[in-house]
Amino acid sequence: MYSKGTKRKFSGSADTATDDKAMAASYSLQRQSLLDMSLIKLQLCHMLVEPNLCRSVLIANTVRQIQEEMTHDGSWQVVTEAFSSPSHGPSDRLVATEVLCRSPVLEQQGGGPKLYSVMGYNGCREEEVVTDKALCSVAVGDGAPALLLGTIGHCWDRAELRVAEVEAGVSEDSLSGSGDEEETRCREGTKLATGQVFGMFEIKNSPPGSDPALEELFSDVDASYYDLDTMLTGIQSTPKMGPYDLLDSLASSHGPTSNSTCRADLNELDHIMEIIVGS
Amino acid sequence: INAFSIFKNIFSVIASLCFVPADIISTVEFNPSGELLATGDKGGRVVVFQREQETKSQPQRRGEYNVYSTFQSHEPEFDYLKSLEIEEKINKIRWLPQQNAAYFLLSTNDKTVKLWKISERDRRPEGYNLKDEDGRIRDPSTITSLRVPVLQPTDLMVEATARRVYSNAHTYHINSISVNSDLQTYISTDDLRVNLWNLEITDQSFNIVDIKPSNMEDLTEVITAAEFHPQQCNTFAYSSSRGSIRLCDMRKQALCDTHCKFFEEPEDPSTRSFFSEIISSISDIKFSHSGRFLMTRDYLTVKVWDLNMENKPLETYQVHDYLRGKLCSLYENDCIFDKFECVWNGSDSVIMTGSYNNFFRMFDRNTKRDVTLEASRENSKPRAILKPRKVCMGGKRRKDEVTVDSLDFSKKILHSTWHPQDNIIAVAASNNLYIFQDKVA
Repeated sequence: MYSKGTKRKFSGSADTATDDKAMAASYSLQRQSLLDMSLIKLQLCHMLVEPNLCRSVLIANTVRQIQEEMTHDGSWQVVTEAFSSPSHGPSDRLVATEVLCRSPVLEQQGGGPKLYSVMGYNGCREEEVVTDKALCSVAVGDGAPALLLGTIGHCWDRAELRVAEVEAGVSEDSLSGSGDEEETRCREGTKLATGQVFGMFEIKNSPPGSDPALEELFSDVDASYYDLDTMLTGIQSTPKMGPYDLLDSLASSHGPTSNSTCRADLNELDHIMEIIVGS
Repeated sequence: INAFSIFKNIFSVIASLCFVPADIISTVEFNPSGELLATGDKGGRVVVFQREQETKSQPQRRGEYNVYSTFQSHEPEFDYLKSLEIEEKINKIRWLPQQNAAYFLLSTNDKTVKLWKISERDRRPEGYNLKDEDGRIRDPSTITSLRVPVLQPTDLMVEATARRVYSNAHTYHINSISVNSDLQTYISTDDLRVNLWNLEITDQSFNIVDIKPSNMEDLTEVITAAEFHPQQCNTFAYSSSRGSIRLCDMRKQALCDTHCKFFEEPEDPSTRSFFSEIISSISDIKFSHSGRFLMTRDYLTVKVWDLNMENKPLETYQVHDYLRGKLCSLYENDCIFDKFECVWNGSDSVIMTGSYNNFFRMFDRNTKRDVTLEASRENSKPRAILKPRKVCMGGKRRKDEVTVDSLDFSKKILHSTWHPQDNIIAVAASNNLYIFQDKVA
């Protein structure tokens, strides 16, 4: 049921401290695997016919609970620190949730990971595109882009997950002396946090050896338990125009994505529109 | 027949199994007289069974249900705007009380409610002037005299016709329908809204509950079920994914967003886990026949609430508490999201709900006794008496006991119904329908 837990040593009362640590580590691992499982469930929602809103809401609430707890006990720090490797600038720290919906075309355009958080529920036209630089939220209101969104693909209107902002629950004391950026990020709330969490998925599937810190972090999580690789491979092999691709084109006017990426997205959009209109 | 007899004679099988071979049954419902039993399935079909009349010559055949009518209620549709398929699966069937010779029921899929009229035809007109018996048009020059067509008896034909189609009122998936005691209106409920309809009017409905937040980011709770009070035509209740029930009075205001009563049991901090909210999500609510109580089903328990006491339930029954230690696995395989229904018996003294491994549970509210029974072909030869089952938590397994680890989670009893007066129950296990009756002494 749980991932490979750490072995507990029973060697008398003198080792209660070790036992507690081991138990805490085991709990952390279990909590982490629950978080990962929940995120997979949410992402997989995008691929189904029409997701069950009740189920999505319950899973999202579970994710939020875990994140709140992880933020409270400071283990969220570990996650954010794991991202800070010298090669990646601040703009790369928040990674796109599009990872599971990404089309290969966009992958090739490169330009570094995009900066998004999880998007809204079914039928919701408003989206928040969070960029690291601005650390502000941009709402995509009803308008021409939204119309496109509405007609483009079922992926877009699926009940995607949006995790609400953590309100006032994040105490600054629990954050152990990290940089301002991370505090701001936590204050921004779960939007960004979720982006980072999804970022973990992204990193997990990056070529081996790309980030030793992360490799270490995930080394003892038993991925085979829920066959992440198989699932993700399967999904990526049938690329669809995902909502995040559209976000790319929208964000291009707000964020630091490259022009070439934007153009590619628009081409994709045109292509999809053609199919739909049947011209 | 009182509740006690259920446990003295348990249940014996009558009419054995009525197979609905094609598809998984998604809803079962007796009509208010108990004469008819309707099932809806994943393929959009409705099958109606009728109870055989008691005859002096064959008294043992009393209570057998035979197929009365079969019809395709809903077809799969495609929502072109969202590029999504709309399933034809029948989510709920609710009967209207019989007011004339015909029977009426409401059936619904995720998006559309339909009113079906089921009527018998045992006569047909014969002796037309312009066409002959085969229906061929007669040459007018051969007609020399006129006659009046006469109704002649024929073999019984049962026809189902769609009398009303109530569409385009729900953005989200319909989970409940409930007919009002005024017999003129009904409510249909989806994840975020409750709509009130007049049975006669299909192009208009009133939205009486709307919990959709202006910003969908803020959505943390959905409506899971709703039902009208059995006697008070202005009162209805709806349950949420957070384990709360709201009782609303339609006379107070047009939009019943503010409740009259709010039922919620405070959480027990000692059992709190990441799954607490999910298992508190209410999957079904049913008013008692008396209208004094409300029963709710969440993942592990059934609760009976007194409408006059909002802060905690009157009674709580553990359905399968042995699953509490397995919640993580059940979350992983999605079983934790299964929506079990619950039912009252006619006198409100016994409640019943389903579980896994094709088990279903009955609780006697007066004696506090409970029993676990199984709906399976091996155990259900006609006239056989159902043997109580037992799940053992761990340790030594006695003969005939089932261990928790050997439970089959793909065999779940989500839907069941209890005859309004007699001790006859219908239980749906995947694509099989089981009808059990209390053995008459």
